[in-house]
Amino acid sequence: MNSANYIFEKDLSVKSTTDNLALIREFTRSSAAECGFSEETVGKIILAVDEACTNIIKHAYKYSPDGNITINIKFDQKKFNISITDEGIHFDPSRVPEPDLVEYYKQKRAGGLGVFLIKKLMDEVKYSTLSGNKNQVVLVKYLS
Amino acid sequence: MAEFNVDLRPVGSVSVIDVKGYLDAHTAPELENVFNKLLDEKRFKVVVNFDELKYISSAGLGVFMAYVETMRENKGDIKFSNMKENVYNIFDLLGFPILYEFFKDEREALQKFDTLG
Repeated sequence: MNSANYIFEKDLSVKSTTDNLALIREFTRSSAAECGFSEETVGKIILAVDEACTNIIKHAYKYSPDGNITINIKFDQKKFNISITDEGIHFDPSRVPEPDLVEYYKQKRAGGLGVFLIKKLMDEVKYSTLSGNKNQVVLVKYLS
Repeated sequence: MAEFNVDLRPVGSVSVIDVKGYLDAHTAPELENVFNKLLDEKRFKVVVNFDELKYISSAGLGVFMAYVETMRENKGDIKFSNMKENVYNIFDLLGFPILYEFFKDEREALQKFDTLG
């Protein structure tokens, strides 16, 4: 009836450890499913959020377990908006080149695929720096 | 919370790795340990059976990238089998089918090693 005004909002705050990835995925899964996304799209959103948080743990906090990661999910009409905030080292994904798998293969490289995956999986991706030395990545998926 | 299991099964000269559950940045080191063990034992022919794998992130994909060239330099390979569509789609998105062979079932992957001798 008043679906046009419906706003869904949830937050999750966790420490920067990889064992929290399962919790992050479940939080993302239940939120996206509740907002009406198909199973396939829910899977894409989960993976994008996992990759973004993995990058924060690895690059912003360099595997230090005491960092904070805050995930805010908002859904307004058709826009599913995930804001992920950290207080670690600023990470500039524009400096991550698009991976060339054949080059990776020659160099026995293992990393760098996450940023590329996030771009492929989501409709919008925006990285920014907030006041108080916080970094934020905003991932958007539209419900079609 | 999320579970991941990795088992190693020798089938003749080939090593089959069964991966189960959720393969992410938290669980990928368990898979790396298995590959390191195979290198120590000089077993370079590997089939990874994905039948019970529910989820993979780039941390898991990175493990295969890190080891495949060493296997091939030693006349081996890493071949994939029994992958669910949702998992295959992630490999496909990153262009893995250019570099790796995917088989519908484990037997086909094992046979490919046999025919290569």
